Amino acid sequence: MLVSVSLTLLEGLVVTLEMFALTLLFALPLGLLISFGSMSRCTPLRAVVKTIVWIIRGTPLMLQILVVFYGPGLLFDLPLLPRFTAAVVTFVINYACYFSEIYRGGIQGVPAGQQEAGLVLGMTKSQIFFKVTLIQVIKRIVPPMGNEFITLVKDTALVRTISVYEIIWMGESYIKKGMIWPLFYTAIFYLIVNGILTLLFGWLEKKLDYFK
Amino acid sequence: MPVLDVQHIEKHFGSVRVLEDISFSLEQGQALAIIGSSGSGKTTLLRCLNFLETPDKGKILVNGETLFDAEDPATQREAEVRKKRLHFGLVFQSFNLFPQYTALQNVTLAKELLAKEQPDYKQRKGELHREIQAEGLELLKKMGLEDRAGHYPHQLSGGQQQRVAIARALALHPDILCFDEPTSALDPELTGEVLKVIRALADQKTTMIIVTHEMAFARDVADEVIFMDGGVIVEQGPARQVIEHPSEERTRQFLARYAEN
Repeated sequence: MLVSVSLTLLEGLVVTLEMFALTLLFALPLGLLISFGSMSRCTPLRAVVKTIVWIIRGTPLMLQILVVFYGPGLLFDLPLLPRFTAAVVTFVINYACYFSEIYRGGIQGVPAGQQEAGLVLGMTKSQIFFKVTLIQVIKRIVPPMGNEFITLVKDTALVRTISVYEIIWMGESYIKKGMIWPLFYTAIFYLIVNGILTLLFGWLEKKLDYFK
Repeated sequence: MPVLDVQHIEKHFGSVRVLEDISFSLEQGQALAIIGSSGSGKTTLLRCLNFLETPDKGKILVNGETLFDAEDPATQREAEVRKKRLHFGLVFQSFNLFPQYTALQNVTLAKELLAKEQPDYKQRKGELHREIQAEGLELLKKMGLEDRAGHYPHQLSGGQQQRVAIARALALHPDILCFDEPTSALDPELTGEVLKVIRALADQKTTMIIVTHEMAFARDVADEVIFMDGGVIVEQGPARQVIEHPSEERTRQFLARYAEN
């Protein structure tokens, strides 16, 4: 029994991990773009971006999933997106907004003197970004990013509201068969994934420990 | 012909005028000290010379070439400004070393990047790299830091960090080396080692502009002194004369306040 439940839950875990990976793949770069918007010298652009970030960070992710999945059909009579796609789109937008604030903090945390020192030494803006600023930004954002990654793994559970068959959905499906323990058994899988992430981020922090 | 000729520089921050009609020139091998209280515009002037601020009026000439003319936008194009900056070196009050690089890497980074722009870089890559490294080590040795080449900034004292910063500025062979209060962020017991290095550079006839609060140092090391107050040059002349026998009342008052502290 344990083996067959484990295999079913693993199937769900694959979907969970797909959600996780795809969200990161798109949200990490999109977040950087949004952070540039929120730091832009163009006031209207900055206002628009900050408003979007406020709305996305200020409302429940679960509602956002429902809006993306059902919204186009209810409001504009458009065909529904596939469930998994709708889930990924929502997560990408949501997490990009959180990431953008982390990037912004990281970028603004690098003292202006670093950029000025680079300029005075005749470096181009892109040389300064890649050779001077970037690694300092990365060092600053690794700890908060670690938090977000771990939260993301668990947040994927929310997509069961639109019946994406991730691991929690799989665990719950056993309740109908009179078994409650598989649902709680899923926790082990989350713990393993987040254990690996914790180790990975710990290693990365240590790697970047050579400078202050 | 003077190395540096600054003509009628004016700079506003919003409605506040921070520099007004600043003109002076500097001969090859001379050291110029700029003194004055905080907010007198000294640092802004240095930042204008290094193109970190854009003056609203005036001209900056180096070796007779007009590097900046407020009237002529062609002198303010970003791509050219980058090259023009190389005429000047700037040592910051807060060092601004790159924390992720060792002392030696801090000194050589910009030079290595510039070498890549040489047309024959591909063929001479190894040779150029060795030259730059050797010169970097030589500069650190000159600063008394040959045994600190592999240390990261956070492993160095403030005085050592500032000496690395001086080596970093010298590595690009600027025509004019600028210091913005180089010892103001240092503990008193560490200022001596940095001043000693600057003094040695003056002895070797390095053309320098030093913004400083160390009056005795300015008197002994600089050839010329400029006293600034409220964004204007109040008095300018040979170092000993300005500091020991100022002719302007405002200079006298400023120096008297210093003598009290």
